[in-house]
Amino acid sequence: MPKDGGIGASSKRREDVRFLTGNGNYTDDINIRGQAYVHFLRSDIAHGTLTSVDTAAAAAMPGVIQIFTGDDFAEIGGMPCGWQITDKHGAAMQEPKHPVLAHGKVRHVGEPIAAVVAETLAQARDAAEAIEVEIAELPAVVNMKDAVKEDAPKVHDDLTSNLCYDWGFVEENKAAVDEAFEKAAHVTTLELVNNRLVANPMEPRVAIGDYNRSDGEHTLYTTSQNPHVIRLLMGAFVLGIPEHKLRVVAPDVGGGFGTKIFHYQEEAFCTFAAKAINRPVKWTSTRSEAFMSDAHGRDHVTKIELALDAQNNFTALRTDTYANMGAYLSTFAPSVPTWLHGTLMAGNYKTPLIYVNVKAVFTNTVPVDAYRGAGRPEATFQLERVVDKCAHELGVDPIALRRQNFITEFPYATPVAVEYDTGDYVATMDKLEELADIAGFDARRKESEARGKLRGFGVNCYIEACGIAPSNLVGQLGARAGLYESATVRVNATGGLVVMTGSHSHGQGHETSFAQVVAEMIGIDESMVDIVHGDTSKVPMGMGTYGSRSIAVGGSAMVRATEKIIAKAKKIASHLLEASESDIELKDGAFSVAGTDKSVAWGDVTLAAYVPHNYPLDDIEPGLEETAFYDPSNFTYPSGAYACEVELDPETGVVTIERFTAADDFGNIINPMIVTGQVHGGLAQGIGQALLENCAYDEDGQLLSASYMDYAMPRASDLPMYDVDHSCQTPCTHNPLGVKGCGEAGAIGSPPAVVNAVLDAMRSGGKDVAHIDMPVSPSRVWAAMNG
Amino acid sequence: MTQVNMTVNGKSASGDVEGRTLLAQFLRDDQGLTGTHIGCDTSQCGACVVHVNGEAVKACTMLAIEADGATVGTIEGQANDDGSLNVIQQAFQDHHGLQCGFCTPGMVMSAAALLKDNPKPSEAEIRHYLDGNICRCTGYHNIVKAIMAASGQDVSAIAAE
Repeated sequence: MPKDGGIGASSKRREDVRFLTGNGNYTDDINIRGQAYVHFLRSDIAHGTLTSVDTAAAAAMPGVIQIFTGDDFAEIGGMPCGWQITDKHGAAMQEPKHPVLAHGKVRHVGEPIAAVVAETLAQARDAAEAIEVEIAELPAVVNMKDAVKEDAPKVHDDLTSNLCYDWGFVEENKAAVDEAFEKAAHVTTLELVNNRLVANPMEPRVAIGDYNRSDGEHTLYTTSQNPHVIRLLMGAFVLGIPEHKLRVVAPDVGGGFGTKIFHYQEEAFCTFAAKAINRPVKWTSTRSEAFMSDAHGRDHVTKIELALDAQNNFTALRTDTYANMGAYLSTFAPSVPTWLHGTLMAGNYKTPLIYVNVKAVFTNTVPVDAYRGAGRPEATFQLERVVDKCAHELGVDPIALRRQNFITEFPYATPVAVEYDTGDYVATMDKLEELADIAGFDARRKESEARGKLRGFGVNCYIEACGIAPSNLVGQLGARAGLYESATVRVNATGGLVVMTGSHSHGQGHETSFAQVVAEMIGIDESMVDIVHGDTSKVPMGMGTYGSRSIAVGGSAMVRATEKIIAKAKKIASHLLEASESDIELKDGAFSVAGTDKSVAWGDVTLAAYVPHNYPLDDIEPGLEETAFYDPSNFTYPSGAYACEVELDPETGVVTIERFTAADDFGNIINPMIVTGQVHGGLAQGIGQALLENCAYDEDGQLLSASYMDYAMPRASDLPMYDVDHSCQTPCTHNPLGVKGCGEAGAIGSPPAVVNAVLDAMRSGGKDVAHIDMPVSPSRVWAAMNG
Repeated sequence: MTQVNMTVNGKSASGDVEGRTLLAQFLRDDQGLTGTHIGCDTSQCGACVVHVNGEAVKACTMLAIEADGATVGTIEGQANDDGSLNVIQQAFQDHHGLQCGFCTPGMVMSAAALLKDNPKPSEAEIRHYLDGNICRCTGYHNIVKAIMAASGQDVSAIAAE
């Protein structure tokens, strides 16, 4: 029987009502009395020396309040990078200065050069047209392998080259890996591209700066996944504002997918300018600006090699990856191709020896950082593509080859520094084979062929690492932040609760699922629990939402705080019931004395906490509010197996997704409806990457895909109904809820299944193609079929 | 500046606008109806879909002065008279047809226009009709399911949750 509330129930989302009636409160819906508007003049040249920025004519335009240029920020800190990578020689990565407004040079199309603040947005835009900018154009570097050549133009003149770092992982294993390749019975080699993407949350970024002269407090309203992180990064590293004088509010946020983790120049600008002109300053990104200023995702070029023995056991894996950083280091960019990618290269397989090399490269393109999955989709794509290619080279069934090499015993220490606590890859593959109706595939293929179409089937497995932690480990790995989460549970006198969580919901439904957990723990109705997030003045501290961490880390902090609440409430109840504390039981929202019919209701205890007339004042304080910080002891490791069935029109090269099946293991599930929805969305983004999406630059660094006219967003008719299952559950062993996280799985697990299916369809049409790069567009498919 | 007068969600609405002011801007900035969202600048995303004289229109493709004298419906006017969610809104909640909520007003307005013309659309017809509405969160599965359910069709055979 499905539950109608608490953990495991598909509770309807409470946040939906405001969104469905137009009552959401997104950042652009906020207007502050007296606000001015800023428009950023952005570089339309990828690389050049700024010789002159003449604002005199523009400053005289109607409505202009002030125009800012890079000179105004010369004494201000640059945009900080939150992760330092140590290269394979033990040296720190090269870390360039990242100005708020371009200074000296422009390094990518879209880099802000000047900011016009005016009475209206139209006036700001009109005035920006009158700024005279002179740029002495320099040759741009776009291709990563060209960028690391000795004579390549340098993106940053003060760095030794365009190489940010050359990372080897695990460097001590390299010789053993090479030796295993020399002894291998079979080696499969694959070179591939993981295409550059733009996250494209439907809500463009917005920032509003406000400054209160009476108390010296700054407020920034921003479209962020982690307002406390922005408070720390912007306050401490850019503007020098202490936390107690800086409030950051991220209200309803219309999707993030990683790109709203980072601290952006526009946030710092609006906060700075609000004080400078003594008026609130608002910026709303257009979609075109978003394409050239939101951090991009992916963009890896990889050579991967898989070694096997004569019995088809994987013996070693070796990869060589170029990872694009863009022109500057975005907030967490260096961690994505390294610790979020190399550590996942074991996948679901017991490959004993692995070596990963990553060269991170500066180019004259928009900075690249985490996008849904962040490093893990890149790892999964190469691994699952090379395994599939290997199966075809060996003439063995791709599923059988995977099964033969599955990790089957847990905990399992991989050769890439992580230990999987739980998983059951056989179970998810069994479930996938059942749901995907493999037995019926031949009949479906014949039916397609009767219509002149080719049909292909592809599978892949994936492993994900969520809730990156613990803080003392990530500190050693170069993180310049902790990765805990905090929660404060405030119980009111009349029994209602407010949970203030550092996690941030921008579509994930935390207001519903987090309330389910607390309601279940106490045994009260979900409607008695409110979740508050997204405001540094309400929530004491937080690290935010990304990396599928919210329920595993933020949820665990909330559980710990609620446990403290229950412990104190039991003390109060034992006083009221005149019984020993150890005899008090909490069930269905009432405290009772074990073995008796004596009980007090939850509301009696909460009232006593705030009206402590009959209260153990000598032992405990009045009030009922507790805070917990939770720092996980390990990552969580969701896993699964996905299958895709495509139909390919050999006349046109058009590929359509006919079936998509996902069998996931997320450990315990709080709200199955929400989890399924998270997988759906991830699948759409993964299928989008595989079939449609591509962020393209020309050789001069011009961005060719800067609008929805040019960047192919997946639309309703591009996607199928999905068959999603999460009945395989191996609970996480090291967090109190046994949860693993589900936000990124769909995006991580789907691209290789799509490409594997397309290649299978081609083979069925007599064209044995070793690889095809994403997006698998009609022109690429047609060329491959007719090449 | 030109004065425009229109009926928005059954109430008269007027304001002085520039010639270049879009209907979407007039609704958001002049009328405070911020449920109409702006997600792009090329009339592709559909977050701003409203009803003008009963037809679905992207409010970013129409100047405010073009809507002078028109009857306009926005997401704020969609709920039942008693404030409860209408059939389409309720189906979106019941079937988890929204996540971040940003595309949702446009989706609901488009769905209403579709069902007015085609009371029992097929899955393929819904997907085709929604070509001008982009959602980045849901993968469309539950949006399509919600619209089918709102039209009174049995969706129990469509994959669970």
